[in-house]
Amino acid sequence: MDQAIVTEGLTRRFQRKDAPPITAVDDLNLTIEAGEVFGVLGPNGAGKTTTVRLLNGLLGPSDGSARVLGLDISSEGDAIRRQTGVLTETPSLYDTLSARQNLAFFAELYDLDPEGIQGRIEALLADVGLTARAGGPVGAFSKGMRQRLAIARALLHEPRLLFFDEPTAGLDPAATRKVHQTIRGLSKQRRTIVMCTHNLVEAQSLCDRVGVLDQGRLLAVGTPRELARSLWQGAEVAITFCGRPEEPVGKLISSHAAVRGHSLSGDCLTLELADEDAIPDLVAAIVGVGGRILAVEPQAHSLEDVYFKIQEGANDES
Amino acid sequence: MNHNARAIRAIALKDLGQVLRNKTVWLPMILLPLILQVIMPAVMTMLPTYIPSDDMDMDELVTMMATMPGELRSALEGLSDAQAWVMISSNYMFAPLFLIVPLMVSSIIAADGFVGERERRTMEALLYSPVSDQDLFLAKLLAAWAPAVVISWGAFLVNALVVNLTGYRIMGRVFFPQPMWWGMLLWLGPGLSLTSLGATVLISAKAKTFMQAQQMSGMLVLPVVLLMIGQVSGLLFISSAVVWILGIPVWLLGLWLVWIGSHSFKRDELIGRV
Repeated sequence: MDQAIVTEGLTRRFQRKDAPPITAVDDLNLTIEAGEVFGVLGPNGAGKTTTVRLLNGLLGPSDGSARVLGLDISSEGDAIRRQTGVLTETPSLYDTLSARQNLAFFAELYDLDPEGIQGRIEALLADVGLTARAGGPVGAFSKGMRQRLAIARALLHEPRLLFFDEPTAGLDPAATRKVHQTIRGLSKQRRTIVMCTHNLVEAQSLCDRVGVLDQGRLLAVGTPRELARSLWQGAEVAITFCGRPEEPVGKLISSHAAVRGHSLSGDCLTLELADEDAIPDLVAAIVGVGGRILAVEPQAHSLEDVYFKIQEGANDES
Repeated sequence: MNHNARAIRAIALKDLGQVLRNKTVWLPMILLPLILQVIMPAVMTMLPTYIPSDDMDMDELVTMMATMPGELRSALEGLSDAQAWVMISSNYMFAPLFLIVPLMVSSIIAADGFVGERERRTMEALLYSPVSDQDLFLAKLLAAWAPAVVISWGAFLVNALVVNLTGYRIMGRVFFPQPMWWGMLLWLGPGLSLTSLGATVLISAKAKTFMQAQQMSGMLVLPVVLLMIGQVSGLLFISSAVVWILGIPVWLLGLWLVWIGSHSFKRDELIGRV
């Protein structure tokens, strides 16, 4: 698989008058594969927006380097931005222009083929559900409509790599759902998406992998499951039986090497295991002794659990 | 270096469109030329029509004429007092006021293009586009400089029409413009416009709002006001030679300010201010 983003020791410091410099991004080493949806998580001031700006060549690095789509961020910013689309935290649209005029203006900046522009704009407006309001001034748009138009603008030049900075911040549930559908659709098209978000539920449902930033440092990176496994030993699984489990099942559970503890509540048996990998064999053994299983649900830690555990660890270290 | 002409044109037109849609920006650009280039010259040239020359105090005018350079004196030869008044007031006395038009118009548009864009929080999207820093800067310069020059030329044409019409009864011929005006139009005016633009770019780096930038760049009219005082008091008469010579440092200053401005117009700097 191609690598969309590779950073090596990427660092950005901001000088301040009469105060020590702030390190907004600190020794960032990260690889994001092409076609991946990557979530950048972290509190306010963690360095998420600065990272997006660095990767688009808007800011130069103080130290380290990065290549985006094979291009150097320090010297090939214009070429990078030609292939990336960015949804900024504020939609950054021209209120006095219509949705159509906003897109037409940016189409000129991206030097898109004049013959195809109109068709492309209309198709995008239809995709984001704004055709009916495309001729009216953007100043009269709701926050959700603005966000959808900003997404259309980010997609105008069919970028290979997309950056979404807080794509659903302040949106109502219906608008949030539409944005999520758009992101899922883009992911199916194998576009690389980097999504900065505070919304951990959103990140869990949309992202293949996540990275947790705090004070400019990358604290952890991986799939939510990988991160959970690295943070918690063992696994928990809830097995629901057709009726109360029979005695042979109880004996098996008590003597099985992988089982560290168990509790029974009605027809649901919750097991604490040494390793998640033991689940398939254990289920087979239960069935082997006559257990009639209705459902097996590994009790995975949510991304929220993972995030706060990582943050706790970082706070303990500092 | 290659420029993206299409993007430059699009940004410049968009900036102009923004100006036309914002009354607080375009209203001063209409009122200023109207007052300075139409109403004031019209009133001055009509004065002798309604006030008999016997009632007008012409002593100061006669004293002023004695100190004028040859070019101006020759233009006044053989004219009656009333005609001399019309000729001096329309062609010379208020000529420096004309310079305020290109100066202020470029400053207003530039303030809106540089600070207004930031204030409306639309700069970030521009910075994420593939347009280079140089093209972005060039587009914003053109959006301010070209209309300033065109508006000043338009104001001049209206001025010429108005003063010739209002002064025709006294003069009996077309008497405006005198040769000095060509230097004002084609050399000093555009040069001042560039200088004002360069200064506004630098001011825009510090100002937080369009109004703040406007207030700060209001100081730019001071040299023109001094020129006006010099002209009215007889200390310095603007002749063709003065206009062309004065234009040299004005253009050099303008180019220098724009050059400095272009070096501060970097994404790395701009993104920190959005």
